[in-house]
Amino acid sequence: MASSISITVDVDGVSYTDDVEPRLLLVQYLRERLGKTGTLIGCDTTNCGACTVHLDGVSVKSCTMFAVQADGHTVTTIEGMAQNGKLSPLQEAFHQCHALQCGFCTPGMIMQSASLLAENPHPTEDEIRDGLEGNLCRCTGYQNIVAAVKSVADGVEYGDSGVSATIEDTRTGALS
Amino acid sequence: MTTTTEAAGTGRAEVGKARLRKEDNHLITGRSRFTDNMVLPGMLHLALVRSPYAHARITAIDVSEALASPGVITVLTGADVAGEQGSLPNAWPITPDQKAPAHPAIAVDEVAFAGEVVACIVGRTAAAARDAVELVDVSYDELPVVLDLEEAATDAVLAHTSLESNRSATWVFDSGEAGTGKPIADALAGAEVLIERTFHQQRLIPAFMEPRSTVVDPTGEQIIMWSATQVPHILRLMLALTLGIPESKVRVIAPDVGGGFGGKLQVTPEEIITVLAARHTGKPCKYTETRSESLQAAHHGRAQVQRLRLSATREGIVTGLDVNLLADMGAYLGLVTSGVPILGAFMFNSIYKFPAYRFECTNVFTNKAWTDAYRGAGRPEATFAIERLMDELAVELGMDPLELREKNWIKHEEFPFTTVCGLEYDSGNYEAATAKALELFDYDGLRAEQAQRRAANDPVQLGIGISTFTEMCGLAPSRVLGALSYGAGGWEHAQVRVLPTGNIEVVTGSSAHGQGHETAWSQLVADKLGVPFENVEVLHGDTQISQRGLDTYGSRSLVVGGMAVLAAADKVIDKAKVVAAHLMEASEDDIEFSAGAFTVKGTDRSTSLGEIALATFAAHNLPDGFEPNLDSDATFDPVSFSFPHGTHLAAMEVDTETGAVHIRKYVCVDDIGVVVNPLIVEGQVHGGLAQGIAQALYEEAVYDDAGTLVTGSFVDYLVPSAPDLPHYITGRTETPSTTNQLGAKGVGEAGTIASTPAIVNGVLDAVRHLGVKDILMPCSPSRVWRALEEAKTAGTNTTGGVQ
Repeated sequence: MASSISITVDVDGVSYTDDVEPRLLLVQYLRERLGKTGTLIGCDTTNCGACTVHLDGVSVKSCTMFAVQADGHTVTTIEGMAQNGKLSPLQEAFHQCHALQCGFCTPGMIMQSASLLAENPHPTEDEIRDGLEGNLCRCTGYQNIVAAVKSVADGVEYGDSGVSATIEDTRTGALS
Repeated sequence: MTTTTEAAGTGRAEVGKARLRKEDNHLITGRSRFTDNMVLPGMLHLALVRSPYAHARITAIDVSEALASPGVITVLTGADVAGEQGSLPNAWPITPDQKAPAHPAIAVDEVAFAGEVVACIVGRTAAAARDAVELVDVSYDELPVVLDLEEAATDAVLAHTSLESNRSATWVFDSGEAGTGKPIADALAGAEVLIERTFHQQRLIPAFMEPRSTVVDPTGEQIIMWSATQVPHILRLMLALTLGIPESKVRVIAPDVGGGFGGKLQVTPEEIITVLAARHTGKPCKYTETRSESLQAAHHGRAQVQRLRLSATREGIVTGLDVNLLADMGAYLGLVTSGVPILGAFMFNSIYKFPAYRFECTNVFTNKAWTDAYRGAGRPEATFAIERLMDELAVELGMDPLELREKNWIKHEEFPFTTVCGLEYDSGNYEAATAKALELFDYDGLRAEQAQRRAANDPVQLGIGISTFTEMCGLAPSRVLGALSYGAGGWEHAQVRVLPTGNIEVVTGSSAHGQGHETAWSQLVADKLGVPFENVEVLHGDTQISQRGLDTYGSRSLVVGGMAVLAAADKVIDKAKVVAAHLMEASEDDIEFSAGAFTVKGTDRSTSLGEIALATFAAHNLPDGFEPNLDSDATFDPVSFSFPHGTHLAAMEVDTETGAVHIRKYVCVDDIGVVVNPLIVEGQVHGGLAQGIAQALYEEAVYDDAGTLVTGSFVDYLVPSAPDLPHYITGRTETPSTTNQLGAKGVGEAGTIASTPAIVNGVLDAVRHLGVKDILMPCSPSRVWRALEEAKTAGTNTTGGVQ
């Protein structure tokens, strides 16, 4: 195996310097070296999106990058999304809209959704669906994930408990 | 719109409320506890060497190079562990003469599918173990492979050299012989109309998002296993039986589990191998599969050929159904592999009043990954067949497919109704669900548009697909499982513990993997004991905490597991009443319990559950002989199944020039009885729909002629993504079950069961006037296009399916 290379990466606001094998994937670096296990591995072909993180603010699949490629860059993982104990709007929306069941795809979905909204703050439902094409979910059928992203785009404020009336309305009478 | 079901007079504050989930916080913040996140001190990592051949004899294995590889601790072959690995269990011998090959976790001398494990590398790191996989030199003598189910049934090529036939067992139900209906021969002979069809249920892969992962810690004399499993209790028992370890020395923990869909209802070779590796090294060991390994070697589902004959009168009254199935077991029998078609046997008559029915299924081995339960397990296959047949009959008779269904279904006033299979359906209202679905769908409007498009010869044609259904939930009354030769019962266990503060701990034998048990069970107990929702904690998924259980599958959690929780809570109330009477110096008969308060009838003397809990904890002043705790447990065995039902309608657009299929509108109305949490229910329906639609349009496990899985990654195995699926329009009707105290029926598989036939019926309805009579699933653009081309070539006389 080739010798190790020293990298310095800012992950969730902390600078880390580590010696890594050139073949080490970014996702493995995050999970195995930094203990950031919120980023998950669901496939080995860059299809499922469970490993999505932000590199300099843009979503990337961390199983498709080597750790050495992150040298000198800033990485944000799901663990860096909540600030000062307060959930990010997307995290709150995923909870409020019941946009997760088993929760395995959820970190990747949230990271991808954040990137999508940064690029297009007011997407249509179709644009949201297209923007999430690279993230697979087996539990939710996507409808509530789309509703969660839309609610953030629409600036929905959630109360302390219960489901926002706006989100209820998108549910097409299901709760009648 | 309301978020509360009608439960007037029941005093329910929580049941019916769209409570946000307690489970979410750690999952949305990345603090999840999936098995692969687990790191133990000194933990070793496994990588598995898998057979590239679908059928071969192992003649030699040379592990010397692998052993010399940096970071490799040891290598285990089948021969190394032959004496201790046992044979993986099949818990459902459907007939006394069922045949099955031995199934070692690591193959010893013969492999029977590509992906079967032939050696295990134990390394200091996952990378070190994986690096050495290629260094294991296995010599194989290739053997002939049999992959096609119908060919396998001829025994021309044997899937295992140790067997004399590929036929594992044949199971028959005949309503004439069972005395539950008329003889099928009479119905077929007297048929005014006979519909004969063959349907292919393609092989599907459960494709849970979390790959399977297992960590085993061989601490001291105990084996502690964390595993991504749906069935920790069953796994514990089976590990003990398979490996000869006392059950008391095995603890299984299912931490966060990233989806199952039946695919994690298994005792896997990988779990057994991880135990063997941990025992051999004395160190904690972890195995996490890659997605390719998961697709190749975790069990598959469906895989049936269904030959069907439906007899009816000219007026459209069905008189009989004859079902002849070949079911693909794959190479081995898993935990319930052989029973999956049997679960379907009871659902072919669906919601209809069939007077005569015969079912015969032959389970057949092939050189493919083994099959087992996958979302719905047998029931989606049955529902697909009957709903496709009803459409075919409607076409034959020139009748509206909904009108035909109405003529045959069980009327609301006819419940309870005993079916031709001998099952008693307790309640149902197919009229109400259908009426609501039609209203949400605009059936008449879409039929008018369909006629216009046909008249205009529009290149994009519109079809309307209908599927009505019922499913058999609440698996299962133990006596029924016994009658079907299943190896275990169908009860569930729960414990309700009252802490000194009055807070409640609920321990459930159901083991959740996304279903929201912690939230739903908290709602049940909050109502029952009159405590705040927030004051209830639900514990599950650890055999040392939840000591008894039969786990989660088959929509059994609420209607079996939830009922156990309620039964345990009832016992808490009974115990607390004794203390309340003592403390208030009243007769037990005079104590009333309501909304968390124990009151002496006709007085204002009252005490709360919390006060009684503290008094019981202190134990200073209790009735003579009263055991100082309020904790109670219950084991609930259902008296019957529950039978949710529904009506699904799909408007399908088919581009006749490209074969592309688009879901224009999807409406489903499901009746699952009383709903505990509508938010959770709706999510379950959405997810089920996605999986059922995926069978109709996208997914299929495909093997090449050598038995190599072609769809071996998510590049090829098409799990639909967000743009592939529509915005579902969902509704509900509520006909309470009469066989459990809550009136609940279960929801887990509803979407999956009903959507596949609705979509395929819709696709066919769009192109049937162009001469297409059937299209094999998944109805990919190329298959639809070819079906249209062949119909053009053949005039209107194409028959059967199109490859």
